Amino acid sequence: MSDPDRDLERMLGRDPHVVLRVISKFLIPLIALFALYVQFHGDYGPGGGFQAGVILAASVILYALVFGLKAAKAAFPPRLIRYGMTLGVLLYGGTGVVTWFLGGEFLNYSVLAHDASHGQHYGILAVELGVLVTVTSVMIAIFYAFGSRQPETSNEDW
Amino acid sequence: MPVMFSVLELMPDWLLTHGPAFLMALPLLMAAIMAVLPNKRVAWFTTFIVTSILTITAFALALYNAKVGTTIYKMGGWAPPHGISLVIDALNAPVLVLIALMSLITVVYAMPATVAEIKPNKRAPFYAAFLLCVAGLLGMVITGDAFNVFVFLEVSSISTYVLVAMGAARDRRALSAAYNYLILGSIGATFFVIGIGFLYMETGTLNMADMARILADLDGGSRVAKVAFAFIVIGLGLKLAMFPLHTWLPGAYAYAPTPVTVFLASTATKAALYLLLRFTFFVFDPSYAYVADGLLYILVGMGVIGMVFASLQAIFQTDARRMLAFSSVAQVGYMLLGIGIATTASVAAGYLHLINHAIIKGGLFIALGAMWYRFGITRTEDFQGLGKTMPLTMGAFTVLGLSLIGVPFTAGFVSKVNLASAAADAGWWWAVGIIMLTSILALVYIGRVLLLAYFQSPPQVNGETVIRNEAPIMMLIPMWVCALASVFIGVKSDAVVGASIRAAELLLGAG
Repeated sequence: MSDPDRDLERMLGRDPHVVLRVISKFLIPLIALFALYVQFHGDYGPGGGFQAGVILAASVILYALVFGLKAAKAAFPPRLIRYGMTLGVLLYGGTGVVTWFLGGEFLNYSVLAHDASHGQHYGILAVELGVLVTVTSVMIAIFYAFGSRQPETSNEDW
Repeated sequence: MPVMFSVLELMPDWLLTHGPAFLMALPLLMAAIMAVLPNKRVAWFTTFIVTSILTITAFALALYNAKVGTTIYKMGGWAPPHGISLVIDALNAPVLVLIALMSLITVVYAMPATVAEIKPNKRAPFYAAFLLCVAGLLGMVITGDAFNVFVFLEVSSISTYVLVAMGAARDRRALSAAYNYLILGSIGATFFVIGIGFLYMETGTLNMADMARILADLDGGSRVAKVAFAFIVIGLGLKLAMFPLHTWLPGAYAYAPTPVTVFLASTATKAALYLLLRFTFFVFDPSYAYVADGLLYILVGMGVIGMVFASLQAIFQTDARRMLAFSSVAQVGYMLLGIGIATTASVAAGYLHLINHAIIKGGLFIALGAMWYRFGITRTEDFQGLGKTMPLTMGAFTVLGLSLIGVPFTAGFVSKVNLASAAADAGWWWAVGIIMLTSILALVYIGRVLLLAYFQSPPQVNGETVIRNEAPIMMLIPMWVCALASVFIGVKSDAVVGASIRAAELLLGAG
């Protein structure tokens, strides 16, 4: 964003993407918030880790589309994304391992708390969080993989 | 067997109760850790430890199953038919041991092989994909839930496409082979899941035992169940390389990294065959007219055509790995023939051949990999003089090759004799003839290579005769384990034959 020509263009009010930029800056936090809503509402209604993960990734992808792949990669480094994919799986599987240690079957959440229904609640939260992390990371990774294949569209091509 | 049961005393109780989930969770989680593990040497060592533990667990569970009978593990504490169950019975316990054991053998062989074939920065991801594939195969064999089967089928298939494509470092044709496999494999998986969908529509359940019960109540079900059966057979047929659907297999086997070929040849098609057995005899039943027709006209028909045509194709291959790949298609034909005759003896023979062929082909591909490792050999005509330059490798190849043909005192003989006698008992004398004919064809394609290896002198390179250059010890060990196992089964076949008869009795009832 430190390109002097671009800064000048923007100061002169000739940025062709100004509407896009302003609107998406307004929308991106809302999309991320909606993702969290879908995530945590998944216990009581439609939703859950996968849908929330896709929505959260959509906010990052929108950022990348409007502000460029480079800016997106600076905000969400591909290296981190790779760890994210693993972390989610381990969160999910780790919940199962914890239930093993607590004496239950693999992924039997009832043993996670004194009360079985509370245990189910904690268990599904942990597992869905794992799904969220992995799905978000994988969606972004797929976008990066396709996005990195060709140069970005230059301003003249719009 | 009572002596063997004392091994169970050494196993912790926890492993015997939670073993089924452990068997698929361990490789799955370790694969995730491996994917971010930067160190390639640690990657091999971890994979080795994991597959060793898997082998021990699978073996213990198989013994436990022989002792106490079918066990059902309730995943997440939810009882079937609503929850996902993991079932270990006489049918899948031997396949689990086979997959775990072949993964261990492959990992031992992979230590030198990956150094030669996989770029250093790709080795940790290679092992991660390998473990994922192992997890998928174990999962699809162990689960008692039909949709779960599809999920694990995809886990194993997708990691397999990646593994095959990794052969591109050695031969760029691996990419097109992997793409071909990806398209056909996905079509197979789609057909399979459509079949599961129709079955769900018909029965309203996904638990396989429950499906079987409801289908029996419905006396085979309506047209929906027939369509489901057709989709499932075609989908699995693609996965197990049933004759006209086998076109992905030679390319994938020939251009994948050699450890991947070893593992694929000995487990991937076998797990799909296990599923075919599970669906045709356990979920469906050969007493339904459409299943009986499917067995008779599709499985036997395609199996026999495959036996003859793929064997003929194997004879005319110039690439050694393609030759063995076509031979695999032919051998799948034997198993389909055994399944299609649908008597207890014939299904047992087909099942026996499934196990024997996995060991034989695994060993043969390890030997071919060792030849490539030392001399870069891929074509059959390059075998000349290998009896002198690589005597131990060629020795193992010879033993396993004879086993593939079906020479007495080898595993191949035991399963072919059982299959032929089962066919004769059922009055299928023409099938006995076909078995003999294709054994002769196997003699031609294996013998052609053996002749070159033993009766030609080593080639001249830069005016000097190539000297002896034996494969490294880490390749010789797994190769000879397979060779000796095939001889052992040939000489003392009680245990394996007993296991296959128990499996067949589970499916068809005794007698």
